[in-house]
Amino acid sequence: MALSREQIAQRVAQELQDGYYVNLGIGIPTLVANFIPDNINVMLQSENGLLGMGQFPSEEEIDADLINAGKQTVTMAKGASIFDSAESFAMIRGGHVDLTVLGAFEVDVNGNIASYMIPGKLIKGMGGAMDLVAGADNIIVTMTHASKHGVSKLLSNCTLPLTGKGCIKRVLTDLAFIEIKDGKFHLLERAPGVSVEDIIKLTEGELAIPVNVPEMQF
Amino acid sequence: MAGFDKVVTSYAEAMAGLTDNMTVIAGGFGLCGIPENLINEIKHKGTKGLTLVSNNCGVDDFGLGVLLPNRQIKKIIASYVGENAEFERQMMAGELEVELTPQGTLAEKMRAGGAGIPAFFTATGFGTPVAIGKEERQFNGRHYILEESITGDFAIIKAWKADRYGNLVFRKTARNFNPLAATAGKITVVEVEEIVAVGELDPDQIHTPGIYVDRLIQGTFEKRIEQRTVRSSSVATGE
Repeated sequence: MALSREQIAQRVAQELQDGYYVNLGIGIPTLVANFIPDNINVMLQSENGLLGMGQFPSEEEIDADLINAGKQTVTMAKGASIFDSAESFAMIRGGHVDLTVLGAFEVDVNGNIASYMIPGKLIKGMGGAMDLVAGADNIIVTMTHASKHGVSKLLSNCTLPLTGKGCIKRVLTDLAFIEIKDGKFHLLERAPGVSVEDIIKLTEGELAIPVNVPEMQF
Repeated sequence: MAGFDKVVTSYAEAMAGLTDNMTVIAGGFGLCGIPENLINEIKHKGTKGLTLVSNNCGVDDFGLGVLLPNRQIKKIIASYVGENAEFERQMMAGELEVELTPQGTLAEKMRAGGAGIPAFFTATGFGTPVAIGKEERQFNGRHYILEESITGDFAIIKAWKADRYGNLVFRKTARNFNPLAATAGKITVVEVEEIVAVGELDPDQIHTPGIYVDRLIQGTFEKRIEQRTVRSSSVATGE
């Protein structure tokens, strides 16, 4: 079975470590916040200028001056700090954020990522995504492995305009956990009940398959 | 206005001197911390051909979006413009020029502009459409592109509190681009919720020193919320 959005988030959460500063993108990455293990502390960075993002507010707590990068009303966790946008991206570009999780339309075997623009269709902008992929060393991309029509999003070459070049090393899809190195995808784990053959079928870029590909554990 | 006293009493006075084809830098992220009354004053004045520099362009009937129906914006430099139907229509029809700029690069362009630095190298955007036509250079084996800084004829800013000298304090994430934009305007106009007497603000707590501020006005604010999300419905999920 392909992973649900929640299961993708749950598997990403296993990569969190105590004391991590983490930036979560919009969509599936945001869900990771729900699966932070109880025994560790992480601090969520929101690139509009908040380190230490808390949960959503109650009706009484709603504050128009306190939002996250997805423009949702939020609260501040204990120990939070506030700063301007230049400072926020100094943290990101300067490599101070320990883990960045973000979505994508396509990734390729050279670590290129396309996530912000479909020419002629969707033109909304890159927001902070280009800064995040250029600045962070430890990035996990979450995405579906293929389109609804079975077209692979893990490619030998991205077809859409790039968000970043050569900057992605790990991808978690609804089918597999994959590492990118030496110009290849490397299959690390597969979703429970998903066969290696299923993954091969939906991966257009070159895929290196070790002898043993364990199922993800939840 | 005398000496260091920056207070003006009308929005007309606050935006006096803004003329067609000028560049205006606006603070705010989404609808959070936007100078909503200064924007409405620009709408009211009917100034046209403006180049706007702002992270976003508001929504159809609030924020910078209100400048769209009368075609007051010629060009916008922004990182994300997805929330606005009229914007999309004008962009697709070629009536509005859009320069999409990565959010961190946009912030740094303002910061550098205000700090007298004409350009800087950043890895952001290397190998992407953003790099087209820009100088590239390697430092320590990594690729960077040269980004030019931004200054504006006007900067329009929303802060929380100010003293009459224009020393500013921002509140929570309404800070965002505001302190950066404030440094990058030839004329920086700030609207605030409260103006206090000089000496009432703790100098250690001032986010933007009054040297950057030319005009200051006290206003009342709608502070519209773009995505009202509460805890009861769904547990901190989002979407």
